[in-house]
Amino acid sequence: MNSIQQRRQEYRSLFKQNVAKRLLVDKAVKIIVFTCVIVAIIPLGSILVEVFKNGITAISIEFLTETPGSIGSGEGGIGPAIQGTLIIIGLSSLIGVPIGVMSGIFLSEYGDNTLARFVRFFNDVFMEFPSIILGIFAFLIIVLVLGHFSVWAGAFALSLIMFPIVARTTEESLKMVPMTYREAGTALGLKKWVITFRIVISAAKSGMVTGIMLSVSRIGGETAPLIMTILGSSQFFSSLDTPMDALPLRIWRLSLLPYDSAQLQGWGAALVLIMIILGINLGIKYYFMNKKNGFFGQLIKQRRNVTK
Amino acid sequence: MTKVTLNKKRVISDKVFKIGATVAGTYVLVVVVLMAFQLISESYPIWEEEGLSFITKTDWNAVEDRESFGALPYILGTLTTSAIAMAIGVPLSIGIAMFISDAPAKIGGPLGFLVELLAAVPSVIYGLWGLFVFRIYFRDWIETPLHNAFGDNIWLFSGNPYGLDIITASVILAIMIIPTVSAVSREIMKAVPQQQKEAAYMLGATKWEMFKLAIFPYSKTGLIGASILGLGRAVGETMAVTMLIGNATGIGAIPSSLFGPSQTMSSIIANEFVEASPASIHMPALIGVGLILLLIAIVINVIAHLLVTRMLKIKEGAINN
Repeated sequence: MNSIQQRRQEYRSLFKQNVAKRLLVDKAVKIIVFTCVIVAIIPLGSILVEVFKNGITAISIEFLTETPGSIGSGEGGIGPAIQGTLIIIGLSSLIGVPIGVMSGIFLSEYGDNTLARFVRFFNDVFMEFPSIILGIFAFLIIVLVLGHFSVWAGAFALSLIMFPIVARTTEESLKMVPMTYREAGTALGLKKWVITFRIVISAAKSGMVTGIMLSVSRIGGETAPLIMTILGSSQFFSSLDTPMDALPLRIWRLSLLPYDSAQLQGWGAALVLIMIILGINLGIKYYFMNKKNGFFGQLIKQRRNVTK
Repeated sequence: MTKVTLNKKRVISDKVFKIGATVAGTYVLVVVVLMAFQLISESYPIWEEEGLSFITKTDWNAVEDRESFGALPYILGTLTTSAIAMAIGVPLSIGIAMFISDAPAKIGGPLGFLVELLAAVPSVIYGLWGLFVFRIYFRDWIETPLHNAFGDNIWLFSGNPYGLDIITASVILAIMIIPTVSAVSREIMKAVPQQQKEAAYMLGATKWEMFKLAIFPYSKTGLIGASILGLGRAVGETMAVTMLIGNATGIGAIPSSLFGPSQTMSSIIANEFVEASPASIHMPALIGVGLILLLIAIVINVIAHLLVTRMLKIKEGAINN
């Protein structure tokens, strides 16, 4: 009797010890994991704070509109760079978006064969290619052939970064459109391409726009492929066959100069660039937050009801 | 009669549409093949000149008539920086993925978005921040104390801490791969069937034990794939590394200590490509470095995608059952 109680006591304390230890480990892991998140967010905060703090002092009307002054003088601005970034984004979208969208249509509408699986796989792999290699490629097939650096080469290099992203997001959003929509189109006697463009794409528009904007924000900050394609320049845009400036290139060149004024201008350019890119990213996020009751939100609700 | 022509028209326009879509789809394959072909043919002079010793030599001399090129230091530089970046970045990312996959949506959502914003920051801005902000703190608070304490005894910490060195570039790289690795790992952890987690809880597991019992064994392959995906990012990253690694060339670029300058494959291309003359073998040498980089990137990414998609396929199977 006595011994049973003793043993019970013993087991109870062992159990308590065991549980206490495990809970302690659990708590420690929780703290470690939370620290990981904080450690990752600190650089983001620091980057944003520094870019805003240093960049805001550089920004003025002249800084945003004028051509760069002589090296080290701290005068002039980044007008050509801003213009160049907008031009190169526009041009590469002009090349990259149609290819990406058509490729996405191929993957989603005709995507049930070996070729499409192959394409899908290479799309994913190609998306992760080092961007500088795409720059070399554009250099080899455009700059070397034409004999001079040109805007076209830069736009082509960036479109290579763009189209796999657009293709993938297009595919994903087209797949979310229910099969019944397409069947309704077929029942009306519509052609496949009419169904795709008029029904499927108009339903999947918001997802596709998101993909396109994401790819724009990705290429907006891309520097490496521009080094060997558009080269950089201190003049405003004149023709598509000449070198051109872009914000990331300008930031890089300014950061290499040993002058405080150049450094300050670099921060200013970084602020403009980060505003463009974060603006796009936050815009997408906001758009989707308000979009819960839009097409996709309702689609998801419908699907849930069906599966229930 | 009219019916037939209508049908024919429909068939033709749909055929054109299908062909157009297929051509756009195969564009990526054409580009990959053309790219490999171009890089091989344009770098051919260097392979002819140096042979396979291009990969094992360490000189880098672009002076006329004394040209001699070897890619070994840059290959080592890329591998070293990527390895250190992985060692720092992957555990952090998996920690983040654990936190976010498990946190309630109200906290996890915004935190996840913040971490993913790290991916939106352009690489050149990482470089700028690293060069003017991070490097200063890192040098004064971490490198100098480490050097003073261990510099004489451990070769890792020898070399004058200046901030433009392997470890600074690697830490920046680690920050840059966090969003990729953590986002993919999070998706993979979420793909673990709920029943597995519940079974672990039912056995009385704490949250950490649930991760050990249910999530890690199930998602091991996928997590490895996610890390390799991060490795692919780190290997190809150019601008931030170029701005921080110190840009040594030749034998001086072989990584010797954490605080020594080095050079990666992508950074030597970024630094020298525009100055290289297409007539000499300097340009083919740089393209040859690019070709090696491309091959490494393809191998890494193919492995990563095979692992990740395999994991997500398992997930679909498990849900259907």
